[in-house]
Amino acid sequence: MTGTMAAIGAGLAVIGAGLGIGRIGGSAMDAIARQPEAYSKIQIAMIIAAALVESAALFAIVVALIAK
Amino acid sequence: MKTRILISFFLILLLAGTSVSSFGQEGQEKTEGEKKFDASTFILEHIADSHEWHILTLQSGKNVAIYLPVILYSKEKGLDIFSSKKLADGNEYKGYKLEEEGDLQGKIVSVNKDGLADEKNLPLDFSITKAVIGLLFAAIIGLVLFLSLSRSYKKSGISYPKGIQSFLEPVILFIRDDVAIPNIGLHKYEKYMPYLLSVFFFILINNLMGLIPFPPPFGANVTGNIAVTFVLAICTFFITQFSGNKTYWRHIFAPPGVPLWLLPVMIPVEIIGLFSKPGALMIRLFANITAGHIVILSLICLIFIFSSLTVAPVSIIFVIFMDCMELLVAFLQAYIFTLLSSLFIGMAVPENH
Repeated sequence: MTGTMAAIGAGLAVIGAGLGIGRIGGSAMDAIARQPEAYSKIQIAMIIAAALVESAALFAIVVALIAK
Repeated sequence: MKTRILISFFLILLLAGTSVSSFGQEGQEKTEGEKKFDASTFILEHIADSHEWHILTLQSGKNVAIYLPVILYSKEKGLDIFSSKKLADGNEYKGYKLEEEGDLQGKIVSVNKDGLADEKNLPLDFSITKAVIGLLFAAIIGLVLFLSLSRSYKKSGISYPKGIQSFLEPVILFIRDDVAIPNIGLHKYEKYMPYLLSVFFFILINNLMGLIPFPPPFGANVTGNIAVTFVLAICTFFITQFSGNKTYWRHIFAPPGVPLWLLPVMIPVEIIGLFSKPGALMIRLFANITAGHIVILSLICLIFIFSSLTVAPVSIIFVIFMDCMELLVAFLQAYIFTLLSSLFIGMAVPENH
């Protein structure tokens, strides 16, 4: 039972991370379309922000892993 | 047209796969009553620390492994040093055994008179485990790289970079110019550069070594071990607190511009923040590296779960893709750990203005 709950929890965490990374990617696309010359800078900032969001999701997944 | 060919190609592959897998299962059931493959134990065994470096299991059931030294200390028996081979296959040696199940799985316990594990009196375990070997090798690689780098500077002075120098120099400059100086400030960054550089290269070397699967000093999950990341976070924590100046502590215990009735809420929150920041550093590195290893291993496990030939190329392509992702993550997590460390240090030493 806790295993199932943990799986649901991991899934919910991934939904959050997906929304976050989606927004970051979308905004980065907008920014690049406006200023194509700033492409590399925007890309680096985007990857860092995505990594931070991802690790927030990984916190939740660690909790799910421990709860299993 | 091309897509149609591709789709039919994959359909044929899938059909072949199912037929092969059903055939394989039948064969196995006839021979040895089908032992079900347990992916999660397999994965957890690979990412966990252990007293032996398991390489492979032969078909006869014999294990090929490198047995690492066990160093134990307990109050009654004193110091004991022996090879972990003596504890292999659940054997007992000098009143110790390796627990194979339950809460203490993978830990060495002392055995009491009834032959059961003595759970209250655990010996102190200073063994050279897999992670310790990986960590020592990473330290040696780091030393060799940077001592040779500094020697070449001593010999030829500051000139154009040669060899490994030309790879390391831009990275060091990047840490200085894009991480340390903007976050800590031009006047104070120099004191913290040694720490930031060592933590960056230590994490980076360990991450990369963890990605190389086979010859034994490689492939240990060092930065995916919460004890290692805990110590790294503790270092950042102490450096931040000890370099904190008056402004920093005033912002914690007497935040300017905050109404008096809010202080009982603000001060505890600020104090929790002191500990939660390095805590987040610890869990971030641990979770990222562990999750990467789990994803790669579970993609490899797909081959054994379906026990089919046609899944193999697909899963290997995915594994290569994930390995490239992890290569990025290895650099990124080392960078983020360094960036956040320098950010915390920079918050502790604000310029007076």
